Amino acid sequence: MQITLTVNGETRDMDLDPRVTLLDALRDHLRLTGSKKGCDHGQCGACTVLMDGRRVNACLVLAAMAEGAEITTVEGLGRPGSLNPLQQEFVACDGFQCGYCTPGQIMSATGMLAEARDGWPSHVSESLAGPVALTDGEIAERMSGNLCRCAAYPGIRQAISNCAGTSAEAAKEAAE
Amino acid sequence: MKPFEYIRAEGIDEAGTAAAGGATLIAGGTNLLDLMKLQVAAPGTLVDIGHVPGLGDIEETAEGLRIGALVTNSALAADPRVRKGWPVLSRAILSGASGQIRNRATTAGNLLQRTRCPYFQDPASPCNKREPGSGCPAKGGVSRMTAILGTSENCIAAHPSDMAVAMTLLEAEAEIRAAAGTVRHLPLGDLYRVPGDQPDEETTLQPGEIITAVHVPHVPAGSVQAYRKVRDRASYAFALVSVAGIVRMEEGRMAEARLAFGGVGTKPWHDAEADALLTGRRPSEALFGEAAQLVLAGARTEEGNAFKVPLLSRTMKAVLRELTGAAPASPGTDRTEAYA
Repeated sequence: MQITLTVNGETRDMDLDPRVTLLDALRDHLRLTGSKKGCDHGQCGACTVLMDGRRVNACLVLAAMAEGAEITTVEGLGRPGSLNPLQQEFVACDGFQCGYCTPGQIMSATGMLAEARDGWPSHVSESLAGPVALTDGEIAERMSGNLCRCAAYPGIRQAISNCAGTSAEAAKEAAE
Repeated sequence: MKPFEYIRAEGIDEAGTAAAGGATLIAGGTNLLDLMKLQVAAPGTLVDIGHVPGLGDIEETAEGLRIGALVTNSALAADPRVRKGWPVLSRAILSGASGQIRNRATTAGNLLQRTRCPYFQDPASPCNKREPGSGCPAKGGVSRMTAILGTSENCIAAHPSDMAVAMTLLEAEAEIRAAAGTVRHLPLGDLYRVPGDQPDEETTLQPGEIITAVHVPHVPAGSVQAYRKVRDRASYAFALVSVAGIVRMEEGRMAEARLAFGGVGTKPWHDAEADALLTGRRPSEALFGEAAQLVLAGARTEEGNAFKVPLLSRTMKAVLRELTGAAPASPGTDRTEAYA
């Protein structure tokens, strides 16, 4: 079937079997191999992309279901030589070892920081009323859909925490 | 996955007609696509209702909230009205799945998700729910995640939803539309069936019926609500046991007391007799213990899940202490505010 996807601002037409997931469409048909296939069952988070600005598992969405949505992959954040702040912090904080889970971690963290800015509570939030303070405990809970088999979690949390501060300040400045 | 035809429904009429004709509906897809990859589900026609208009809003009604079938778990848990007036619903949803899954999973899809019993999810294994009459290897097998209440000789699979436990507690009703366009309301307790001798029949929905919304009635301000989930790891895991509760205290007595349970039942579990025992009484450890015994009176256990009897009893008592003020509130226990 003919499927049109909007990925990183570009419109792409494809002829796909209805069974093709968004993840396989990105990797095998559009050659955007930043999004990784780990478990293919939504448990590891390596395939995380943004769909209309919210993080989702690309392995649990059919490409046909994603038609009409704005998809952002790790290729849409920054490029070698012009990394975005979160990517820079992952490098600075040793937020990875083998790197396989990293694109998913970064896309998930991007979505998670937006959720926190929007005041969404988490399972570990003491109060549902907010505002959200991204402590290590909050970051760990909110990132539990992303596994790192190298267990680089302390570096991942630090990288996200560093960006949480800057994004909170940016949001405050924008509000003022 | 087995081959299928994909159709994107433009409206509810089209979806209802397709469902009556045997098509499988997909919305978020977080459970169904997983089952299709495992070939536990193999629909011939998949009808995507994710873009059907009119199913994606949370509206205030005179009785409470009408939550559209396509409202995502994330949107529902974060809704300011829900956080104030029905905090137990936010807490239950936030205790389930991951951020990514909650962003796709929908309200009606969550209610209709399938059990995570390992034998149901393995097409190479017998399973009375998947293939009626083939047997139940969970009995005498790996049964850590299975149910102890509402089970039968044929099936001990647990209902996996956290959200449905909170909605059962809140006396929510499903708004159900038949293919002909008629609408009926059904309390969640009547939506789900216990397995009996037909474990493949999980709900009382008729062919072509679609859950279009869930109605959640108001809870009096000043009551205390709690959701406590016990699981094998701190996050992104199904419940071993969970307890949802609401208590409103008046002059030292529980003027209202309701409880619902997850991880232990073949459907989201509610015990009206336990609620009746607690209501109107002064809280005490003896009374809490008596209520726990009542809930667990019908429990049937396997070697692998017998631990759930003392675990549910202790968790229930801990929740009741927080709901009645006998212990300080921990995260997950919230005072109900008027949401407006």
